[in-house]
Amino acid sequence: MANDTLEQLAEQTTAGAESDSRLPVGLTLLAASVAVLVVLPLLWLLDRASMVGVQRALTLLTSTDNLGVLVNSVGLVAAVTLGGVLLGVPLAVLTVQTDLPFRRFWTIASALPLVVPSYIGAFSYVSAFGPRGELADLLAPLGVDRIPSIYGFHGAALVLVLYTYPYVFLTTRAALLSFDATLVEAARTLNHSRWQAFRRITLPQITPGITAGALLVALYTLSDFGTPAIMQFEVFTQQIYVNYRAFGGRDLAALFSLQLVAVTLVILAVESRIGASQRGAYVSRGARRPGEIELGRWKGPALLFAATVTVFCLVVPLAVLLLWLTWENPGYASGALAFSWEYGWNSVLVSAAAAIVCILGALPVAYLSARSESWLATIIDRATYVGYAAPGVVVGFSLLYFGVTYAPILYQTTLILVFAYVVRFLPQALGTARSSLLQVDPKLVEAARTLGHRPTTAFRKVVLPLIMPGVAAGAALVFLTTMKELPATLMLRPTGFDTFVTYIWRVRGSGHYGRAAFPALVLVVISGLSMLVILARERYDVG
Amino acid sequence: MSDSELTSDEPEPANRATAPAATTPILRLRSVTKEFGRETAVREVDLDVQDGELLTLLGPSGCGKTTTLRIMAGLERPSDGSVTLAGDSVAGNGQFVGPEERGVGIVFQDFALFPHLTVAENVAFGLTDADDTDAEARVDELLDLVDLQGMGDRAIDQLSGGQQQRVALARSLAPEPDILLLDEPFSNLDVRLRVEMREEVRRILKAAGVTAVSVTHDQEEALSISDRVAVMNDGRIEQVGDPEGVFEHPESRFVASFLGQAGFLSARVSSTSIDTAIGSFDRDLLKGLEDGYAGAMVDVLVRPDDLRATPANEDASDGVVVQRQYTGPSFIYHVELDNGDTVRCLHNHAENFAVGDHVRVDLIADHSLAWYPGR
Repeated sequence: MANDTLEQLAEQTTAGAESDSRLPVGLTLLAASVAVLVVLPLLWLLDRASMVGVQRALTLLTSTDNLGVLVNSVGLVAAVTLGGVLLGVPLAVLTVQTDLPFRRFWTIASALPLVVPSYIGAFSYVSAFGPRGELADLLAPLGVDRIPSIYGFHGAALVLVLYTYPYVFLTTRAALLSFDATLVEAARTLNHSRWQAFRRITLPQITPGITAGALLVALYTLSDFGTPAIMQFEVFTQQIYVNYRAFGGRDLAALFSLQLVAVTLVILAVESRIGASQRGAYVSRGARRPGEIELGRWKGPALLFAATVTVFCLVVPLAVLLLWLTWENPGYASGALAFSWEYGWNSVLVSAAAAIVCILGALPVAYLSARSESWLATIIDRATYVGYAAPGVVVGFSLLYFGVTYAPILYQTTLILVFAYVVRFLPQALGTARSSLLQVDPKLVEAARTLGHRPTTAFRKVVLPLIMPGVAAGAALVFLTTMKELPATLMLRPTGFDTFVTYIWRVRGSGHYGRAAFPALVLVVISGLSMLVILARERYDVG
Repeated sequence: MSDSELTSDEPEPANRATAPAATTPILRLRSVTKEFGRETAVREVDLDVQDGELLTLLGPSGCGKTTTLRIMAGLERPSDGSVTLAGDSVAGNGQFVGPEERGVGIVFQDFALFPHLTVAENVAFGLTDADDTDAEARVDELLDLVDLQGMGDRAIDQLSGGQQQRVALARSLAPEPDILLLDEPFSNLDVRLRVEMREEVRRILKAAGVTAVSVTHDQEEALSISDRVAVMNDGRIEQVGDPEGVFEHPESRFVASFLGQAGFLSARVSSTSIDTAIGSFDRDLLKGLEDGYAGAMVDVLVRPDDLRATPANEDASDGVVVQRQYTGPSFIYHVELDNGDTVRCLHNHAENFAVGDHVRVDLIADHSLAWYPGR
């Protein structure tokens, strides 16, 4: 009976002590079906991979080519994650806890690279620093005829660090902002220096935030297709795309996909082991902000650090895009490569649809995971991350196989495209929804219930308004990420359906870099607006 | 909507210990037990709350008092036993009525005011059946009652701790609950405000004519605001009664030690007298001592104000001062008697002993004393 479900749901919202004893059936079923839906593509992938045959699979897996790709992929993930933490954490600490001049500006500037699709960054870096690039041209008259190659591991790692560190920056910043300063003050009075207090009190408290960001960076790197493809670095994603299109390469593509998923699962397992439990995640709303740390003579180096990151992330690619814009003849009107505003409309349409569906799917999962510590809730929560980790190429490959084999009605529709986005980006909505839910004192729901409101009404009148900013931020994040999603869009779009992204990829493929400039800039601006939404929300939180 | 409850300016009963015993209790707990996994938080609690009274569950932290309160509210489901509210069974025999259908109000420890709503919106939150005009009138009426006239438009974070408590009270009283539950209502207030709000909350509850159950670990608070006190320990109710009765005649060693400062004199009972380290006394001194106890050891409860110390030389003394506790108006001296018992003596601030002084201790109590079988 529905009432029982609601009652259980409401009990779930009471103190944690009881959470394990009973799981709300309706909510669990809802959350579980969301998890199953986003995990389905992996089952289809297994279905496809099982067609390879054991003997042939073994031969392919143990080939030196395959092992090389595996090493490349893992190495890239490790390097980029480390780099992301090294850039993101110091920037977060500087902008939250110190007297760094123009903190507001550096906050925005440090978060902004998130709106530059990494493949656009990669284009511009290839253009700027590649052989015969802008830099080479500039240096040639000075007698420098060779600069270090941007292609390969270095280039891929550099570009990915620059455009993924904001994940660590933002999650660390959020953790720092919600951190109760009295704890540090308590430590200081217990004879700890600022640094000791940071190491023993602040760091352990913000570690879950850093870990969450690092996990996003690792998963992004593993799944990124555009950057390695442009940097000609042989990792799983790039190889899947190449083999998928090559004649007779689909067996290999399926095996690469499986390995990619396996590496992802390893990362998730590591994260869940070191990730702190949710205890202590209840943030007192009255938490006082920490006093500012005076940088003193470190002010100069700190500014230089923040400025350097911004120059490499934003100034260089924007300068290159603007250069392209001025150099290329406005020959847009010609042929199949002509630009049309319809591409932009298509981008917005599918992204908005993905954002809405993600929020609807994320709420039950977030509610369950925020209010229950049972193994089932944990599994459901983790399962949704598998879809996020499954790279766009894998999801695209799997959904294509599914469409062709089982659902010809969906094949070549925007429905399957939006579904692919939801599979990929649901956890972004989930993360913000869950953290907002954790900040809502369960006592508020109890208060509403003792005042005569049914659990559903209590949720609508109390919880929903309080988590709305978080939910909106989650939607903005999904929208933003979908706008720049490349591989699944490339593989699943209906014939003739172009978005900004596919247009950029097409003109790049044809060597007309300059034509990518305008839509790329538009994309960056639109994404920038979404970022403002997120920052506005942060201000709401700070009060 | 009826506002008769609020406008009736009922004078407080002269003797607030007498609850209307003839009527059926508004809330009845029978054998209520609550287990969390292997932990038993509440064990077979029986309790009746009478209409109109203010009953306080008093006990140390972890004694199960808050869990008991949450069971009354319907926020926890009892593992066993039954709860009857206003004549209706609300928990027990496989049946469970949720908090929104019970007609209970609750004031939370940290008030749990809705941060996104104004004062008036918070108070009106539970008025689900009233139309806007009625709700508005009711909100004004309650803001009057809690002395927050004209503050309805304020945001919650603009209020002081005391004002937040008033809003929390008004919010929970608005739907006219059958019973109001208060979870450590004063623990979030500073000491001075706490004493002031105790009186204020009692005034408001009595003016509203509501039955209330409060939970606290603060014995002074419990004794000063309650009509009746139920002392809890380790999930059980050890004693229920009016504050004076519980304080003066604690039925267990735990209750004796938890309420006020307690010392115990070990005594041997003879056929005619009882012999202690500070002298022999008539058997009548011990309340309800039966003949069968002749020859047995008992522990006699002595409060600081039952004893008086006087300076004495070492030979004539009963013991040595081992600790002095200065409270401002008075001293409490801890005296270790020759047989090892430690008792406390209350003196005014002028009588000054030093630690190590030898003293004689006299029993000056003018009432019978509680006692417990020796251990």
